[in-house]
Amino acid sequence: MDIGVLLRAVPDPVEELELNDDETDLDRDYLGYVLNEFDEHALEEALLLKEDTDGSVTAYALGTADEVEQMLFTAIAKGADKAVKVGDGLGALDAHAQADLFVGALGEHDLILCGVQASDEIDGQVAMLVSAKLGHPHVSVVVGTSPGADTLTITKEYWAGITASYEVSLPAVLGIQAARQAPRYVAVSRIRQAQESGALTETDADPPSSSSGITITAVRIPETGAGAEMIDGDEEAAADRIIELLAAAGVGGAA
Amino acid sequence: MTRGVNPKVDPGRVLEIEHVEIDGMDISGHWNRMYEQRVIFDYDIHQLDRVTELDGGESMGWCYQCAQCIAVCPVDHVGSYGPRKIFRNLQLGQDLFTDDDLWLCTTCANCLRVCPKEVDMLQIMPAVRKEAVLAGAVPAELQDVFEKTARYGNPLGKNAKRRAAWTKGLDVEVPLISEVGRKVDVLWWVSDYPSYHPRGIDASRALARVLTHLGVDFAILGADERHDGDSMLRAGETGLFEMLAEQNIETLNGYEFDVLLTTDPHAYNAFLHEYPQRGGTYNAVHYTQFLEERIEALGLTEQIDRTITFHDPCYLGRHNGEYDAPRNLIDALPGSEFVEMWRNKENGYCCGGGGGGMWLDGLAADNQNMRLSEKRVLEAVETGADTLCVVCPYEVSRFEDAVKSTNNDGNLEVLDIAELLATALGLPTD
Repeated sequence: MDIGVLLRAVPDPVEELELNDDETDLDRDYLGYVLNEFDEHALEEALLLKEDTDGSVTAYALGTADEVEQMLFTAIAKGADKAVKVGDGLGALDAHAQADLFVGALGEHDLILCGVQASDEIDGQVAMLVSAKLGHPHVSVVVGTSPGADTLTITKEYWAGITASYEVSLPAVLGIQAARQAPRYVAVSRIRQAQESGALTETDADPPSSSSGITITAVRIPETGAGAEMIDGDEEAAADRIIELLAAAGVGGAA
Repeated sequence: MTRGVNPKVDPGRVLEIEHVEIDGMDISGHWNRMYEQRVIFDYDIHQLDRVTELDGGESMGWCYQCAQCIAVCPVDHVGSYGPRKIFRNLQLGQDLFTDDDLWLCTTCANCLRVCPKEVDMLQIMPAVRKEAVLAGAVPAELQDVFEKTARYGNPLGKNAKRRAAWTKGLDVEVPLISEVGRKVDVLWWVSDYPSYHPRGIDASRALARVLTHLGVDFAILGADERHDGDSMLRAGETGLFEMLAEQNIETLNGYEFDVLLTTDPHAYNAFLHEYPQRGGTYNAVHYTQFLEERIEALGLTEQIDRTITFHDPCYLGRHNGEYDAPRNLIDALPGSEFVEMWRNKENGYCCGGGGGGMWLDGLAADNQNMRLSEKRVLEAVETGADTLCVVCPYEVSRFEDAVKSTNNDGNLEVLDIAELLATALGLPTD
């Protein structure tokens, strides 16, 4: 099975996040970026499918941050056969723009995997937009795959612990919630070897003109609360106190 | 009485003569049993071969099962472990490369000290771990630390830019060497836990005050300093160590200084034994050695009414032979009384933090009946001391947790020697 994986760089929350001057976005001048956690799971699931089917994996990432090349080298070190960096210096992009760029760069694949969402996006729609543009079937919130002859059996997660099994004809695009196993570790020496491997290619891409039509008018940093109250006493007393607090906050009407 | 025959020996090939007389002497009986064949070696030793074939793994094959190592292995004291047992398990087919046993060794070096065959777990364990790391077979908790260290330059996963944040609001100046713009006498290698961990920061602030009190011309690297890598090397992440060493050497070689003052014995060890072969040769000194030379100049005046015991860090003591400097500093504390734990100096008991153990608490819990740090705290309490003095930044948090988990809160206070010295100088200790 020939698999494409879509990777996105997202702001690293370890850094102190600050807002830009007009308070419509993070101040991205000093931000560090990490691989989106859901995309890390998409890569893991792709590598597991590669092992299941003696297939191949190509990782794609948009050139939105300096750290993207390192993410692609890590993907190669973990077992991706090829990596493609799409464009350079693209800056922050919404889901529609990301989907356009990915579709423009994608080769022929039996399956395309993408994280179900990213921490810095508004609408969580990259995987479904890519599937729509390619005309492929799509399943979202996928937590496991199992390959058949010309199809793929996937597990999709619903609410309250409910999961469903789907059979999807290929080619298809999946939004991955979690891989079958935790993302694998790759030794630093393997990443350094990958830097010399020549498996990374770069393609030109202009910042796309399409957009989601959404304009961000204001971004706020959450306010720090005044503190926590530790509730003492047995469960009766604790329950009374919780009801009192909820009532004071206007929840649940008159107690 | 009949004796059983080894089931691996064909009974038809055992010679036992019921009635036999040789030179007039009757030697009838089972005791004349002769084996036509004799099984000397019937193990499948390919798992042992996998270890001894590695660079650094050779000496695993030298073990002759005398078990002196077991008596001193700190992990065996809280479970069943040690080089002799690992050798035996390898003979019996254990796959060390995927077994929890691979990660329990803290590289404390007490086994090597007593081994007549020089079976060197300090080489063997990192060599096998290196292969496990390359294969991705790393315990999840350690994997997380490897990734954080690679990304942020510290195992805590803290923001690299905030490495010097501990100096904020301090009543003495801690200059950054990049801003000093000249040669300094002392470049202080602060290390990770003293930069980021709340109790490590307490010790750093105390040491900054003590150095200032002495009038030492010192500076720190701040955000340019990264994890020294020594523990990553012992944990088998060789590539990560190489990357950190290259970055640190490039940084250090850009500045002029006489002494590289280290807080962390693991960093001290790396600067003495690992960095020189990679182009980084420095006059590395542990802070206890630096301060011991200046005991007179310190002029300690304030009474320290404490009974103090001392824990030897493996990488200061056994690995590098420094036992006296910290003890001389403790002796110099006015009014204090010093008591040794029964395991001290060359036979000091490991805190469990070395060789990656600092980040393998879950794995240790699954395989041991208590933490090494808890065992050590119980020994400290047994001395009657009210204070456990430490000189390694891995230890304050480990031992403070162990004091709580062994219900000794209030019985034993864990303090860095820098905190005790600052108190004896009448300096603030917040």
